[in-house]
Amino acid sequence: MPTSPELAKFIETSTLLKARPEEGSKDHTMVLNMGPQHPSTHGVLRLVIEIDGETVLKVVPDIGYLHTGIEKTCEAKFYQQVVPMTDRIDYLCPMTNNLAYCLAIEKLLQLEIPDRAQWIRVLLNELTRLNSHLVWLGTHAMDIGALTVFLYTFREREDILRIFEHVSGQRMMTSYFRVGGLALEPPLDFFDRVKTFIKRLPEKIDEYENLLTGNPIFFNRLKGVGHLSAEDAIALGVTGPPLRASGVDWDLRRDMPYSSYEKFQFQVPVSNDCDVWARYVVRIQEMRESVKIIEQALAGMPEGRITADAPHMVLPDREKMKTQMESLIYHFKIVTEGFTVPAGQVYQAVESPRGEMGYLAVSHGTTMPYRVHMRNPSFATLQALQTMCAGRLIADVVAVIGSIDIVLGEIDR
Amino acid sequence: MDSAVQGKDAVREALPENRALASLLAWKTDAVLDAKYHLKELTVTIARDEIRGACQAVKAAGYNFLEDVTCVDWYPSEPRFQVTYHILSHSLKDRVRLISPVESIDPTIDSITSIWPSANFYEREVWDLFGVRFHGHPELRRIMLPEEWDGHPLRKDYPVEGYR
Repeated sequence: MPTSPELAKFIETSTLLKARPEEGSKDHTMVLNMGPQHPSTHGVLRLVIEIDGETVLKVVPDIGYLHTGIEKTCEAKFYQQVVPMTDRIDYLCPMTNNLAYCLAIEKLLQLEIPDRAQWIRVLLNELTRLNSHLVWLGTHAMDIGALTVFLYTFREREDILRIFEHVSGQRMMTSYFRVGGLALEPPLDFFDRVKTFIKRLPEKIDEYENLLTGNPIFFNRLKGVGHLSAEDAIALGVTGPPLRASGVDWDLRRDMPYSSYEKFQFQVPVSNDCDVWARYVVRIQEMRESVKIIEQALAGMPEGRITADAPHMVLPDREKMKTQMESLIYHFKIVTEGFTVPAGQVYQAVESPRGEMGYLAVSHGTTMPYRVHMRNPSFATLQALQTMCAGRLIADVVAVIGSIDIVLGEIDR
Repeated sequence: MDSAVQGKDAVREALPENRALASLLAWKTDAVLDAKYHLKELTVTIARDEIRGACQAVKAAGYNFLEDVTCVDWYPSEPRFQVTYHILSHSLKDRVRLISPVESIDPTIDSITSIWPSANFYEREVWDLFGVRFHGHPELRRIMLPEEWDGHPLRKDYPVEGYR
């Protein structure tokens, strides 16, 4: 019994107790708390699971542990200063976030981005997708019990991070894209390093498949688990690989192309199996398609500028800044007071490794965004957890969480 | 430069093929307050009390996927809140933005969870961060912040660094 009014009030208003499944369920069920510190929840996801023996009846996700108010912070930053914030939303695919934000602001500004910048953006985005899928594959297999794969995938991921460090100076929070183009011309041997890496990667993917695809334990843990029909997936807002694994042929890169994706040839892998295994197959094939896109980008990389011709928005070259008065003035003005963006609202969506990453940018004609909102794929996909897990075993919940590849940073923001 | 087309008749003329706008005007012309076509994006303003019907109308027109529900706070002007819906069509490869003005004196709007269950989390987020209530939502409680939190941080009168 509550002894003090404060305690009584706490019990009445506490999220912890409210997240408990509804009353009136059968007496012999039990409530199990999974997370927020649980190795297979990939961050700080808390699940309140109602179980009957080993069978899951209800899953209630409780999120917000990583909420840092990024959307609010963006409203007090110059347009350029928001780019590093976007890295930190989804820390496994920083370049995708950078791209979505920059495209949204460039749309408001109606800026023309040179081909070379667009192609390098595509190349880096696909490397980011590989990076993210490698982390997913390693951790997903580790959740299932195949510990070895993690060591293999992180070996290749390390190569990608070294490439990122080489091009941007940072391994994870790259902030390499700018409104109006790229931060710097990539270093001279950048393309060679990407080429060497990409040449090796397909046989490495074969290696992972050797470890997993024919493995009966892995197969039986995944096959038929976490069923999500196409109708449910659309109703629950699921995007990306889980949507395609449910038989919906939809990929923003192909269907609503951005940043020159229409110039690349690639397949969109789709599966009609609707289960965790299908999501595994779709992602593995996506990795192979990403390799193809990077090869095309390397082969056809256009020459030219890497920033738009807009001196009042894009920082001048270092050399020019030190020798020309005009450039020095522009540099000073951009750094100290930012640049104004005409009033308007835009929504720009890109295909992140996890699904549709969308940015709503609202400007009211000043140097700071009036509102930046991120539509995050994991946030929506999390709602499908109940549909995928109900009636299955607790061990399957772990497999399902791995298969939707959540990143809590982008859920909580 | 791409200039904006404003007003529902002007947009109707500029986009005779657009199924979202056509279906909304055929459904209830009075509920469509305004329309805007800017930067190749269509924005349709819907009267607050009609949002559920409007969503049903665009869904019937082939806009099958709710991408996002969010809000913009135009403090101190009224109507203060602009609840924003982004709806995508997989078959038409097109997107429409519905916005609905909500006065600060009664910050409520109908929930659309009965049309798209995915609106559940989005509407909880808008309630949590903006304090706009949704009628008919199955479990409208805070999602990001603790239940005992004071205020709604994404409102413009809430300081960026919080209350000290």
